[in-house]
Amino acid sequence: MGVHVSTTVNGDHAEFTCAEDEVLLDVLRNRLGLTGAKEGCGTGDCGACSVILDGRLVCSCLVLGAEMDGKSVETIEGMAEGAKLHPLQQHFIDGAALQCGICTPGILMAAQALLRKNPDPSEEEIRFGLAGNLCRCTGYDKIVRAVQSAAKEMRS
Amino acid sequence: MAADNISNPDLVPRQFKVIGTRTRRPDGIDKVTGRARYGADYNLPGQLVGLVLRSPHAHAQIVKIDTSKAEKLSGVKAVITSKDLPDHTGGDRGMFDILENCMARKKALYDGHAVAAVAAVDATTARKALKLIEVTYKILPHVTGVDEALAKGAPVIHDHIVTEGLPEMQAATNQNKQAEYGHGDVEAGFKEADVIVERSYKTEQTHQGYIEPHSVTASMSPDGSAEMFVCTQGHFVYRNQCAALLGMDANKLRVTSSEIGGGFGGKTHVWAEPLALALSRKANRPVKVTMTRDEVFRCTGPTSSTSVDVKIGAKKDGTITAAWAELRYQGGAFPSNWAELGAMTAFACYDLKNVKTVSKDVVVNRPKCAAYRAPSAPAAAFAIESTVEEVAEKIGMDPIDFRIKNAAKEGTKSSYGPVYGPIGIGPTLQAAKVHPHMKAPLGKNQGRGMACGFWFNFGGQTCVDLNVTPDGFVTVAQGTIDVGGSRASIAMAVAEELGIPYDSVRSIVADTSSLGHNDMTDGSRGTFSSSMAAIFAARNAITILRDRAAKMWELPVEEVEWKDGAAHAVGSHHGNRAPLTLKEIAAQAANTGGPVAGHAEISADGAGVSFATHIADIEVDPETGRSLVKRYTVIQDAGKALHPSYVEGQYQGGAAQGIGWALNEEYVYGKDGRLQNAGFLDYRIPVCSDLPFIDTQILEIPNPHHPYGVRGVGETSIVPPLAALAIAMSNATGVRQTHIPMSPPRVLKSLKAAKT
Repeated sequence: MGVHVSTTVNGDHAEFTCAEDEVLLDVLRNRLGLTGAKEGCGTGDCGACSVILDGRLVCSCLVLGAEMDGKSVETIEGMAEGAKLHPLQQHFIDGAALQCGICTPGILMAAQALLRKNPDPSEEEIRFGLAGNLCRCTGYDKIVRAVQSAAKEMRS
Repeated sequence: MAADNISNPDLVPRQFKVIGTRTRRPDGIDKVTGRARYGADYNLPGQLVGLVLRSPHAHAQIVKIDTSKAEKLSGVKAVITSKDLPDHTGGDRGMFDILENCMARKKALYDGHAVAAVAAVDATTARKALKLIEVTYKILPHVTGVDEALAKGAPVIHDHIVTEGLPEMQAATNQNKQAEYGHGDVEAGFKEADVIVERSYKTEQTHQGYIEPHSVTASMSPDGSAEMFVCTQGHFVYRNQCAALLGMDANKLRVTSSEIGGGFGGKTHVWAEPLALALSRKANRPVKVTMTRDEVFRCTGPTSSTSVDVKIGAKKDGTITAAWAELRYQGGAFPSNWAELGAMTAFACYDLKNVKTVSKDVVVNRPKCAAYRAPSAPAAAFAIESTVEEVAEKIGMDPIDFRIKNAAKEGTKSSYGPVYGPIGIGPTLQAAKVHPHMKAPLGKNQGRGMACGFWFNFGGQTCVDLNVTPDGFVTVAQGTIDVGGSRASIAMAVAEELGIPYDSVRSIVADTSSLGHNDMTDGSRGTFSSSMAAIFAARNAITILRDRAAKMWELPVEEVEWKDGAAHAVGSHHGNRAPLTLKEIAAQAANTGGPVAGHAEISADGAGVSFATHIADIEVDPETGRSLVKRYTVIQDAGKALHPSYVEGQYQGGAAQGIGWALNEEYVYGKDGRLQNAGFLDYRIPVCSDLPFIDTQILEIPNPHHPYGVRGVGETSIVPPLAALAIAMSNATGVRQTHIPMSPPRVLKSLKAAKT
């Protein structure tokens, strides 16, 4: 039995039919072709599948696709405005804040959610704001610095 | 790993224009917009979902596998067992071990060992099919600890294994190898010592913890040719191994590497890839196999757990007179040489008159270990550096001065054999000695530690293709996987050599049908070896470009020089000709001999050895045993940093992994031989709020074997943290820490034991 869902994805209307037990991550990746969200664990521990659902940062592996009806989801694919990268995206490239890049979409979504709530976070607030997103390559040093410099640019 | 003391005429001190700058990586935009395609992001028409059935037992005889019910389930297109992977290895025991690790044959050797696999139209059907496969096991006694596996009466896992390296014929044993390294006379050396420290250490098993689970999409045609899209550190090696295991000609298997979501040594071995090919062969459809996180922990290749004894003697003036260690490492369910590597690295930082290491490699009922960033070196360095520190304390000498006094230098005969060329251990120690971190005040319950680390660095087979486009730009195809920005570094080397802007060069990782064999990205070899090949390819292209310019000018080629991205006519009679740029020569290529290309295939010998010194401050809560790293500094020799940001990134990433290993990460096996914590919730890698900024200092002691002086930088940074943090914790608590990880319960236990 499928569930028919009508929703908004990155500002565009989207409709899909999914199984009752199908998680949002699988809907995004397998039904909507949005593979920017990654499955690192499937249990909400790594944050690689982070998306923003009605303004709230969630692990899309812990949300059912069927729950999406009438809601609005933002994914990494909607972060840039056309060819213009979001300041967070630009500072991640300029500051070498990614190595393998598998965690990057999730970390960018988490950083976006953080800066919306707190445009001028301290180092500690950034570190706790990103504590749900595992990165195994960087030691987080350049990630925290990129968020700091993007936040500064966004405030000016 | 030959002697590192041969000079290289290609190395010319020079002013760089592109090298050493912080360029933007070519894969950057794809990776911040979600466009980059990783292993699980590849799909093929008609593809099936492949899933693997795994043993729940640590050690069991497989009496019978009944797949008939699973095969009858609607939507199931193939079910395979070891019968579908006949032995094509022709007596090559190493390859047979890989085959048996991919799919259990007569016995399941660890919790998670594959016993069967299915391909079905969707994941739900595939999961149902796995449940319908009936496996009859006869459970056998198991052993998962390294010292336990060596003890008398331990269950012997393989009846064909005897100890390689021991002289006499023996009975079957769990010790697959014994080796010895060193020189001099350690017994005589200990007699000269004023102070001797002897201590034993343990480290627990850790996992590389890459965020991307293994994923492969395989498609085999009825004519026997096949394609594979896979996340790997070495697509050529995967091709060669999969072809050998499936009885294919290597040229019929084309492997395309995806972007890789971390590897750190864990994606150097095949696991599910031969199964995906075998499923595709049987089903006649493309098959995608993606591991769950639970599978990644239970059945890919974590690092060894270890048990190490160390004895070091020194004179009161600080001279080490003798150093000895026995290193016991488990390599999982198959023979390995991880202990031997540990023994080779153990005393590599020091100039020792009398040194001996003994390694014992051990088989246990755990998954087959793979490389993990400077594999085997961190556990050895933990034991040796901790003991070095204690000897310095006993003779009342500053630990840095003690290390400087005994540090290896150019001309030192290393503890594993070769004589060193120019090396960075002394300079990193000197830099640490004057670093402001060493003088910063410490607070209550805080301690500081410093430690050194070594890694060999590898070179190996490398092939690069360079092509000039008709409009005068350059594409570079490399065959080493880019794990941390090497496409940028390789493009920089080509731009430097051709004298053109970085933005004029675009580099990609080519598939296995487009280039000659490349060894995998391991041993810190990717950027070292591919930049060397790329420089040679660019020089070959310059030879052709000069020839084409000579044709256009109708001059002898000897009178054409290449500099600053253009051909220049030299000589008094035609010196006033305007230079011919790359663009102008490329535009005329059709009339001067066809497309312009440069190619290089090399065995990149002479990877310069690598050394680092780390400084760590830790704060511990004596009530709970919980600790937090307060400050961390990495000082490492890069030879020459092609792209300083990516070099710093390697230093920081390795340090962070070492911090996780030192303080938290460990495999916990139950009495039943099953892994208890196969997930990121219970196997806790460092999160952002666990770490401080990690300061880095890049030293550049040129490697004489690389045209620009490059040394590999990827691995050494994970070597010192275990020791640096153990010493810091010992200083913070006043209790010697000898068991890694120093998780809160273990630290608390050590504090309580010290009180009683």
